[in-house]
Amino acid sequence: MKGAAVHSQTQTGGHEAHPQLGFVRTYVFSTDHKVIGIQYMITSMLFLLSGFFMMLMMRWQLAWPGQPIPIIGQFLPETMAPGGVMLPEFYNQLGAMHGTIMVFLGIVPLGVAAFGNFVLPLQIGAKDMAFPFLNMLSYWIFLVGGILMLSSFAMPGGAAQSGWTSYAPLADLAPPGQTMWLIAMTFIITSSLFGAINFIVTTLNLRARGMTWLRLPFFVWCQFVTAILLVLAFPVLQGGAILQLLDRVAKANFFIPANLIFGGAPVEQPGGGNPLLWQHLFWFLAHPEVYVLLLPEFGIVAEILANGTRKPLFGYFELVVSVCAIGALSFIVWAHHMFLSGMRTDVTKFFTVTTMIISIPSVMVLTCFLLSLRGGSIHFTTPMLFALAFIPMFGIGGLTGLPLGFTPTDIYLHDTLYVIGHFHYVVVTGSLIALFGGLYYWFPKMFGRTMNEFWGKVHFWLTVTAMNGIFFPMMWQGMAGVLRRQYDPTAQIHNHPTLPLNKVMTISAICLALAQIPFVLNFFISIFKGKKTSANPWNATTLDWAACPSPPPHGNFAGELAIHRGPYEYSVPGHKTDWSPQHVPEKELS
Amino acid sequence: MTSVPWILDPSDEPTSTGVPHGKLGMWVFLASEVMLFGSLISSYIVLRIGSPLFIMPSHADLSVPVAAANTFVLIVSSVTMVLALAAIQQDNRKAMIGYLTATILCGIFFLCVKGYEYPHKWHLGITISSGLFGSFYYTMTGLHGLHVLGGIFFNSYILYQGVRGRLSARRCERVEYAGIYWHFVDLVWVVLFPLLYLL
Repeated sequence: MKGAAVHSQTQTGGHEAHPQLGFVRTYVFSTDHKVIGIQYMITSMLFLLSGFFMMLMMRWQLAWPGQPIPIIGQFLPETMAPGGVMLPEFYNQLGAMHGTIMVFLGIVPLGVAAFGNFVLPLQIGAKDMAFPFLNMLSYWIFLVGGILMLSSFAMPGGAAQSGWTSYAPLADLAPPGQTMWLIAMTFIITSSLFGAINFIVTTLNLRARGMTWLRLPFFVWCQFVTAILLVLAFPVLQGGAILQLLDRVAKANFFIPANLIFGGAPVEQPGGGNPLLWQHLFWFLAHPEVYVLLLPEFGIVAEILANGTRKPLFGYFELVVSVCAIGALSFIVWAHHMFLSGMRTDVTKFFTVTTMIISIPSVMVLTCFLLSLRGGSIHFTTPMLFALAFIPMFGIGGLTGLPLGFTPTDIYLHDTLYVIGHFHYVVVTGSLIALFGGLYYWFPKMFGRTMNEFWGKVHFWLTVTAMNGIFFPMMWQGMAGVLRRQYDPTAQIHNHPTLPLNKVMTISAICLALAQIPFVLNFFISIFKGKKTSANPWNATTLDWAACPSPPPHGNFAGELAIHRGPYEYSVPGHKTDWSPQHVPEKELS
Repeated sequence: MTSVPWILDPSDEPTSTGVPHGKLGMWVFLASEVMLFGSLISSYIVLRIGSPLFIMPSHADLSVPVAAANTFVLIVSSVTMVLALAAIQQDNRKAMIGYLTATILCGIFFLCVKGYEYPHKWHLGITISSGLFGSFYYTMTGLHGLHVLGGIFFNSYILYQGVRGRLSARRCERVEYAGIYWHFVDLVWVVLFPLLYLL
C-alpha cells in the first residue's frame, strides 16, 4: 500500500506538492495542460502569420503579375524570385505550403490543441489531462513537424509544390521537398494522435462528480467529437503518406499508373497502381478534417453566445445530437471532392446524397445559434462581436458549399476560385473569426488580465471588412470561370473581364495584415500591462470561469467539485444572480 | 522514478468510467491503428481486384510453409502473453517472468524468420519496385514488423519492471496494456497472412 501512495504522488496531483519547479519545467517542458495550451496558441498563431505572408506574396503576383514583390521581394533568393519577381515554381510552393500550414499548423492546433488543452480540463473539472507527459510530447512533436515543414523551402527544388492535397502521380515524382512534406506530416499526425487520445480519455475519465454527459458544456462535446474524428481519420492519411513516401523513395508502384511518361522519359517502376487511390485516402482524412477545422469553433461560439446573451443556449440537446451526427456523417462524404475524377455516376450519386444530408445537422447548429439570440440581453463585448459575426459569415460559407455538393453545378465550379472563396468563407470568416472571439474570451483566464476593449473592436471591424473584401470577389471570379492555382491570371482571355477584382482582393489582404497590428500589440501588451481581472469577469456559469481563479494554479481547483446543474443556467428565476454556476448548490443561489 | 510521470503509470485516482486511463488510452490508440492498417489493407484489396498489373507470385515463391509456421509462433506468443497476465494476477511473479520471456523470444523469432524471407523473395525478383504485389508485401509486412519490434520493446520494459519487483497482483495493469497491444499486433498478422500468402 505504501508503494501505491508513492506512485500517486508522482501523478498529476503530485504537482501540488512541488510548486517550485524550475523555469524550464514550468514554461518550456511543462506537463501542465494550461501552459501547453498557451504554447500551442502562440506557436500556431506564428504559423498562421507565416502562412498569411505566403498568401500575401501570391496575392501580389495575382494582382500585379510579373511585377517585383515590394519590400519582401529583394530578400528572396534567385531560385525563388530573381529580381523580386516570383517564379512559377515558387508560386506553386507558396500555394501548397499556405494550405498545409494554415490547415495543419494554424487553425487545427489553435482550435483543438490550444483551446482544447486550456479549456477542456477546466470545463469538466479535471486537475489536468489524463496523460500530462503525452500532452507535452504532443506539443514538441508538433513543433518539430512545423519546423521541418517550413524548412522544406531550403530543400533542393524548394518546398512541396503539388498543392496541399499532394495529388499523385505528380507528387510522387515532384522534387525532394515533397518527401520533406510527407515526413513533416508524419510528425504532425503523430502529435495530433497523442493529443486526440488525451482528449478522449480525459473527457471520458476525468469529469468531476455529477458532470454527466448532458451537463457537459457544448464546447467539451465539440472537442470530444473532434478528437474522435482525429483518431479515426488521420491514420488513413498516415497510411497514404507511407505509400506515397515509398513510391518516392523506394520506387514502389502504389500510385504510379502503367506506362507513365514523366518529363519525356518513362518512369523506372512498371506501375499498375492507381492515382485515384491517393485521392480517396487523402480525402478520407481531409473531409473529416474540414469538421476538425470547424467543430471546436462551434463550441467556442456557443460558449460566448450563451454568456453574451445571458440566457441558456437554444436547443442544447439538439446541438449535441447535431454535432454527433456531423461527426458520424463526415466519414461518408469524402468523394464529393472528387466529382471531376471520373467516378461512376452511381457512386457520385451516393456522395451527393450524403453531402446533402450532412448539411442538415450543420444548419441545425446554425439555427440553434441564431435562435439563442432571441429574447436575450445581448452584451456587445469584443468576443460577442466575433461570435455574432460568425453566424452570418459561416452561413455564407456553408450555403455556398451546397452547389459544390451537387455534381451538375460542381463540374462547372470545381477547380475555379469559387471553391477557394467558399472554403475560405468557412475557415477564415468562420473558424478564424470564432478563434479570435475565443482568444478575447479566454484571455483573462489565461493571463489574469483583460485585453483592451476599444482596440479589440477596432480589430474586429477592420478584420471582418477586409476578409469579406478578399473572399467575396473570389466567388464572383470563380463563377466567371477563373481557375484556381494559376500563376499568371492574364494568360487566359476569359479571365480578363474580372481581373480588376484581383487588385481589390490584394488590397483587402494587405488591409487584413494591417488590421492585425492592433491585435498583436493589444495581445502582447495586455499580457503584461492589461487591466487586472477577477476570477469570473464575464459572469459565466461554466467551471473554467466560476470555480477557479484567473489564471488557475497547478491542479486548477481547490478541493473536490460537485456538479449540480447544466452548463448554461443564465437568468434563472428566483436566483440571486443572473448566472448560476454549475458547481454551486441550489440553496446558496436562491 | 523521476518526477516526470510515465505515460502508463498506474494511478489510484478514481475515474469517471471506472476504467484506468492507460487501458482506455490503449484502446483508443488501437482504434487509430485499426484505421492505419485498414487503409493499407483496403488499398491492397482495391488494387488487387482492380489493377490488371497486379500479379500474384506462386505459393512456392511465397514460401507459404515458413510463413505458416511463423503465424503459429505468433499465436503461441499471444497464448504465453495471456498466461503471463494470469500469472501476475495470481501474484506468481516467477511464472510471469517465464511466460513474458517466452513471448519476447517468439517475437524475436518472428522477426528473424522475416529476415530470412525478405532476402529470399528479393533474390526471386519480388522487390518493392518490381510490381504491385512486392510494393504491398514489403510495406504491409514491414509496418507490421515495426509494430512487432515495438511490442518486443514494450514487453521487455514490462519484463524489466517484473524482474525489479515492481509488479504484483495489485499492480499488474501494465502487463495488461502490453498484452492488449501484443494481441492486436498478432491479430493484424492473422489478417495479413491469408491476404498476402494464401488467397
